[in-house]
Amino acid sequence: MPFTAKSGKFNAKINAVEVGTGDKKITIGGENVLPFYTFDDAIANAPKVGIEITDGGLDNEPDCIKKYYEGCTSVVDMAKKAASFEGVDFLSIRLEGGDPNGQNKSTEELIALLKEVAEAVDLPLAVCGCKNVEKDAELLDKASQALEGRNAMIMAAKEDNYKTIGASAGLAYKQIVGAESAVDINLAKQLNVLLTQLGVNGQSVVMNVGTATAGYGFEYVVSTMDRVKAAALSQSDATLQMPIVTPVASEVWAVKESVASEADMPEWGDQEERGIDMEIETAAAVLVSGSNAVILRHPESVKAISKMIKELV
Amino acid sequence: MALKGLDIFKLSPKKNCKECGSPTCMAFSMKVAQGAVSVDACPYFSEDAKAALNEATAPPMKTIKVGAGDKEMSLGGETVLFRHEKTYVSKTRYAVAICSCMDDAEIDAKLAAIPKVDYERIGERMFVEMIYLNYAPSAGAEKYLEVVKKAAALDRVLVLGCTDVEVAKQALELVKDSKPILNGATPENYAEMSAVATAAGVALGVRGADINEIYDTVAALEKAGNKNLLIDVGVNSIKDAFATAVQLRRAAIKDNDRTCGYPSIVRVGGLAQGDKHLQAALASVFTMKYGSIVVLDQMTYAEALPLYGLRQNIFTDPQKPMKVEPGIYPLNGADENSICVTTVDFALTYFVVSGELERSGVPLNLIINDAGGLSVLTSWAAGKFSAGTISKFFAEHDIEGKLKSRKLVIPGKVAVLKGELEAKLPGWEIIIAPNEAVQLVKFMKDLTA
Repeated sequence: MPFTAKSGKFNAKINAVEVGTGDKKITIGGENVLPFYTFDDAIANAPKVGIEITDGGLDNEPDCIKKYYEGCTSVVDMAKKAASFEGVDFLSIRLEGGDPNGQNKSTEELIALLKEVAEAVDLPLAVCGCKNVEKDAELLDKASQALEGRNAMIMAAKEDNYKTIGASAGLAYKQIVGAESAVDINLAKQLNVLLTQLGVNGQSVVMNVGTATAGYGFEYVVSTMDRVKAAALSQSDATLQMPIVTPVASEVWAVKESVASEADMPEWGDQEERGIDMEIETAAAVLVSGSNAVILRHPESVKAISKMIKELV
Repeated sequence: MALKGLDIFKLSPKKNCKECGSPTCMAFSMKVAQGAVSVDACPYFSEDAKAALNEATAPPMKTIKVGAGDKEMSLGGETVLFRHEKTYVSKTRYAVAICSCMDDAEIDAKLAAIPKVDYERIGERMFVEMIYLNYAPSAGAEKYLEVVKKAAALDRVLVLGCTDVEVAKQALELVKDSKPILNGATPENYAEMSAVATAAGVALGVRGADINEIYDTVAALEKAGNKNLLIDVGVNSIKDAFATAVQLRRAAIKDNDRTCGYPSIVRVGGLAQGDKHLQAALASVFTMKYGSIVVLDQMTYAEALPLYGLRQNIFTDPQKPMKVEPGIYPLNGADENSICVTTVDFALTYFVVSGELERSGVPLNLIINDAGGLSVLTSWAAGKFSAGTISKFFAEHDIEGKLKSRKLVIPGKVAVLKGELEAKLPGWEIIIAPNEAVQLVKFMKDLTA
């Protein structure tokens, strides 16, 4: 008597959100099963992989990543090169230089750069802010305006600045609004509710429910994503059916396992391999937990994760 | 599946003798159903009825014990599909694969590399716990037995990947006392292989061309009385292996199909076919979704650091916070004159704070208080991180004797403690840090500039 499988297909599904325009347009979400449960039903849209560059350009990259951008002299060059790496579905630019506690670059300067990058590549775009809520409100408002017509992901509106960013990205310039909360299903739900009350179409929202590096309180990330997917699919909770986009790069390239030099930690061995595997293993884990897209930094990580997705879908 | 009180009552002696302490057999049965008392409290419950009851109340997934002595470990025994429902019971174990088809130099190099990854993280030893020994018929039985002997010297739990009954028997003769796993039952050889495994007293791994063959073979083995089993999800394709691992676990736990309820073996090295980055991704996937033993082709620090960290996170009790050992942690080459920074022993706080402090490059002594493993605000609210507890901790650990600096940075979220701390720790200058860890780099640099 062979194994009789019971289907785990749900009646509800995750919203399918289109990002970008033209031939390179991608769709994230849309599935009615748990992540990679192809034996329950086909996955509507395979998870997508983005590559991240920053306004800081090459100076801002670890040495082990610089070599992949050999010959690039500007952020725009880097954007073009990044778009050409194997497995890249979309480009993410992080405007971290805007942080008032860091370089404190002006909004005008960053937006001018963003426009140049956007003109140079035809891939779907994600724009990440500098993590300072006041500056992000200003920066991402202007970014939404600058990218009008590109259908870009604006990452992200938080509880403290969702009104400005939601109104600008979601209502005025018809972009995709990223809703960022801190690893808690209730906070994620609340922000989605607030955004829709503001008038933003829930079908144009993606969530960043928060993330961590593997080993750094990652259990909260897993349980938050597991519970969000369970509520969205098995309880048909429309306020949690937004696809999840997880920026992995900015977390994993900050921990010592990834960045400590081999000279400092001889027993740990090659630093580049440590960074790549940290990024790959963290990304694989958030994808299995329910992320519909991940943002990575190292071209080798992008390649491996994109291959893994192809194999599993 | 939990048995109802009425079902238990049907099996009970129905004497209402009160010897168990309950007024009636019905009341007793209700208590047993709730798990409040053991059925053994009744002296008249027949052995047959007890066996039937044990069978019905047994957990949906078997716990398989492998390894001997201090190497003994449990696999499986899970009761939930998601960690937020209840704690996972048995953490994923990692093995490195060696094949008898490799030449001696390669085998020696691989064996020599295994003990290199061995470190401690938040009180847990991280190392390669198992060695998977694959038998290649082309290399012959002699060679395989040599490899088994060599690997046994490393004192890890061995997994004998061998579908040849005769060779398996000889290999077990060498190492059966260490309670290895014999991963070699197929739909063709399962009867003989099971006899070999049972005679040696070891757990048997079952494989098949697809999930149906696996299921039928396990069912046949169970029928023959062998329930000391594991299931190898195979290396047909990544998609297949994932489907098999998830479907079997789900059928066992959700649908109570006990034939599916055995720990799994996932050979991610075989699935990745030499792509080490893909292998790393798969090791992570199967740690998350239902791999009991994950077999890799190599385990260097690059694979290990994220993987063991992930495992440590996933297999924690969701109701019990992870704690780091309280004490003094010198960072960035600090000495006794370096500035002191203090926070709580919640592992997440420690990692975030120590990471940022390391990035600042400022030499400092991070003093971790005993705050019951709670975060800053929670432990403060619970009275476990106050001026009183901090000063008491300083006295108990003789901080003033060990360190010469008298500058103490406290978390911004408990700025309110400043005055009281100055009173309780005379001679110390109390400095308030920012609210968020990300602001620490700039703060520490400015502070010591």
